[in-house]
Amino acid sequence: MPNPDRRRLLLGAGGLAALPLLGSCDSLARNEQVQCTLATAEKATKRSQRALARQALAPEYEEKDISDDFRANGSVDPAAAEYRALRANNFRDYRLIVDGLVERPLALSLTDLRRMPSRTQITKHDCVEGWTSIGKWKGARLSHILRQARLRPDAKYLVFHCFDALSQTEDGERYYTSIDLVDAFHEQTILAYEMNDEILPIKHGAPIRLRLERQLGYKMAKYVKRIEAVESFAHIGRGKGGYWEDRGYEWYAGV
Amino acid sequence: MPADRDRGQGRIDTYRHPWVVRITHWVNVLCVVILVMSGLQILRAHPHLYWGLASTFDDPWLSFPNIPSWATLPSWQDLARGRRWHFFFAWLFVINGLIYLAYILIWGRLRRVLFPTRADIADIPHSVVEHAKLKFPEGEAVRRYNVIQKLTYLAVLLVLLPLMLFTGLGMSPGMNAAAPWMIEIVGGRQSARTLHFIAAAGIVIFAIVHVLLVVLSGPINNMRAMITGWYRIRLTGDDRAEP
Repeated sequence: MPNPDRRRLLLGAGGLAALPLLGSCDSLARNEQVQCTLATAEKATKRSQRALARQALAPEYEEKDISDDFRANGSVDPAAAEYRALRANNFRDYRLIVDGLVERPLALSLTDLRRMPSRTQITKHDCVEGWTSIGKWKGARLSHILRQARLRPDAKYLVFHCFDALSQTEDGERYYTSIDLVDAFHEQTILAYEMNDEILPIKHGAPIRLRLERQLGYKMAKYVKRIEAVESFAHIGRGKGGYWEDRGYEWYAGV
Repeated sequence: MPADRDRGQGRIDTYRHPWVVRITHWVNVLCVVILVMSGLQILRAHPHLYWGLASTFDDPWLSFPNIPSWATLPSWQDLARGRRWHFFFAWLFVINGLIYLAYILIWGRLRRVLFPTRADIADIPHSVVEHAKLKFPEGEAVRRYNVIQKLTYLAVLLVLLPLMLFTGLGMSPGMNAAAPWMIEIVGGRQSARTLHFIAAAGIVIFAIVHVLLVVLSGPINNMRAMITGWYRIRLTGDDRAEP
């Protein structure tokens, strides 16, 4: 039989051994090489989800499921002067710019967008923090806009440039994110101008927010100002394809 | 499988854990520790749980106002890095688990080693009492897992760990499109998130009891068995009396 003293000694030794382990976890967590290795999981996730989901639709829900407490995250009231000016005039002077690697750059007013083929969907909005809200969205199909603008063959990504800066300062880094063409042409990918049968509220991204139903909330850019078709986003921001992506979050936010 | 080694004086070393089991066990330990700690980091970003399709912010089912930083990875609040750790080790956990499952299925260990026999079932009340008294089987009886061990390991292997994976995938909006039934059968994404937490809590409780029993029932022998494969049996008077 093992004697109790030895047991206590072993337990104590185990406890002591665990202490530096905790410390080394933190130093590992800071190490860039480690971060690079950990990031390989994102590629595996993207590849397997794309293979499994293909063009499948995100689940859609019923009117009764709509959240009456849909949370607004990130910017809720952009401070940029140009945004304030557009807003003061009910976005009548707003033009969504579609440019970059396109044959025909566009400048679309809200009226133009509302005249385009639309889609209405009741979907869930999953925040990277972990919560879910359900809302009803109506918007112009992005695929239609892209066909009008005619993407050039070298266009691989769409970068969404936004009016808002999370710092709420005039010269603060503006929000942006990017998607690839698989998601851009997905059936449910729309530029929403209505939420729950009303004009899209300011806190949810008026005049236009992207709905990208198979990824997390931070990919669904609010206050969209310009859509730029690019071959690579390495030269934009800090090169990771988005405001939160530049700060360590996954570019592919399907999980 | 190597035979027993007679160590003399009524001591026999028996080969208990094949190398695949030993390696996958320790990889699993690493994965589960990191998954729990990075999981708590992720929970800290929104420390409230709900049931159903969506969050009812004013009425959470359960809230965690103080998640201690010593229990999270990294220790400081950093959702992005917590997620990186979580998803990398989630992949490792799945690959490791598949190797283990394939091994025990192909070699029949699941049935031979882990499924309770009729005699085991009949022995449940007795085994419960023995465990409550912290009396552990001795002699030849330790060659096999006792019925409480078998049922616990089966519950962890076939229920808790798969439930972790299932509900984890259920939280992914990408997977929700690929396989909507995964959240439908649990009642929604927020139910999946809550079940993910409950299963994790179950695994933590299992791990604590498991380590405690390892320590109480002969830590050196148990650790040697899970590291080298060899487990020492001390024959009792009854065993020696057998022809």
